[in-house]
Amino acid sequence: MKPAPFIYHDPCTLADATHLLATHENARVLAGGQSLMPMMNFRYVMPDHLIDLNKVGELAYLRFEGGLLHVGAMTRQRDLEFSSEVGRRCPILRAALDHVGHRQTRNRGTVGGSLCHLDPSAELVNVTALLGGTLHAMSRRGKRDIAFSEFAPAYMTTSLAPDELLAGITLPLPQSSHGYAFVEFARRRGDFAIVACAVLIELDRNGSIEKAAISLSGLGHAPVRPALIEQGLQGQKPDAAAFKAAAMEAAKLDATTDAYVTAVYRQHLARVLTYRALEQAAARALEKTHG
Amino acid sequence: MADTRTITVTVNGNAYQREVETRMTLVDFLRHELNLTGTHVGCEHGVCGACTVLVGGTSARACLMLAVQCDGQEVTTVESLAAGDKLNPLQQAFQDNHGLQCGFCTPGMLMTLTEFLRDHPDPTETEVREVLSGNLCRCTGYQGIVAAALDAAKRMREGA
Repeated sequence: MKPAPFIYHDPCTLADATHLLATHENARVLAGGQSLMPMMNFRYVMPDHLIDLNKVGELAYLRFEGGLLHVGAMTRQRDLEFSSEVGRRCPILRAALDHVGHRQTRNRGTVGGSLCHLDPSAELVNVTALLGGTLHAMSRRGKRDIAFSEFAPAYMTTSLAPDELLAGITLPLPQSSHGYAFVEFARRRGDFAIVACAVLIELDRNGSIEKAAISLSGLGHAPVRPALIEQGLQGQKPDAAAFKAAAMEAAKLDATTDAYVTAVYRQHLARVLTYRALEQAAARALEKTHG
Repeated sequence: MADTRTITVTVNGNAYQREVETRMTLVDFLRHELNLTGTHVGCEHGVCGACTVLVGGTSARACLMLAVQCDGQEVTTVESLAAGDKLNPLQQAFQDNHGLQCGFCTPGMLMTLTEFLRDHPDPTETEVREVLSGNLCRCTGYQGIVAAALDAAKRMREGA
């Protein structure tokens, strides 16, 4: 029996869950348990109260509405992975999920759990940054919307208040003619990436780049959207020269060194992966325009 | 005072009622409370896959679930596979293809593949290697395990 003792709560409604969170000291919210349970088994985390959201049915949903994808915090990663509509309308999500853990962990792991754990190179965090998602926090005080750019102020730390939990996210869907790519470099399949790059490209009628979105994770504490590189690609032909120039700029982004990987190596990966992702995304966009 | 609950879990078709501490993991519940020691405890942080079981028909790490979360649920473990001394086609394929050596990881391998082959009766070698990425084996080098999985799929398609 590894976790330190706690009092277990399993509310069935969101209102009960936020009430419990607001009225208990040192409480943690349990989603799919694929990150928090290991930390509790190691006793890195020792909550006095564990609030299990697995019975809160209203937090598990997947809806397409008005150009937006609404996903509940307790929606399992497997439900996104196996949704044919997600595969058709937001294939970047499926491409990213292909790198998330393993089948057994995606069966339990949730969208909200991954976002709140906020590993610097978590694939779902990267794609939320890429799509410019909005996070919906809920507390007894009410609902609060947080833009992704405001959600990750520090290393593995969200901007949720102690009495708030993540209820769901909203992701703007890309144009149907877009091309996408998700590439990453990890030591082993299913590991968190050292660096990952996600790209969306839309082409105009002349075959030039109308819009490019790039999200790089693993360089720092949260994914980076290099606005200058994205803007620099606008109006360019989607060719090797343009992608090479963008990749060279990506290699100049700030990166951190840790015990395993140097900043220089992360920047090297940023260059290589940005080039590959742009190339793949453009090829897919071209297929759609001419196919 | 320990926080306890009385739970009823159906394991391999048998309903068990026990009073457990809420912090007890599912794998410890299976091994210590039910004496079903076929499910192995490896890393206890969700990396090695040795404790993989099916909960409601889908694979899960039993070290990353609490026993209380399985109240009212159906759990399937490696003990359900063989009929007495007769191995099922997947187990037989492991024996025939040298899919195990020390056997520690085998229960997790078998349960991962039980779910996978149910959903993908005719997988490619790449698909088998992908699904097995969540189960570590330090003996075999995986060649025998992959061969066993593909052989088992063939036998099951042929109705062995």
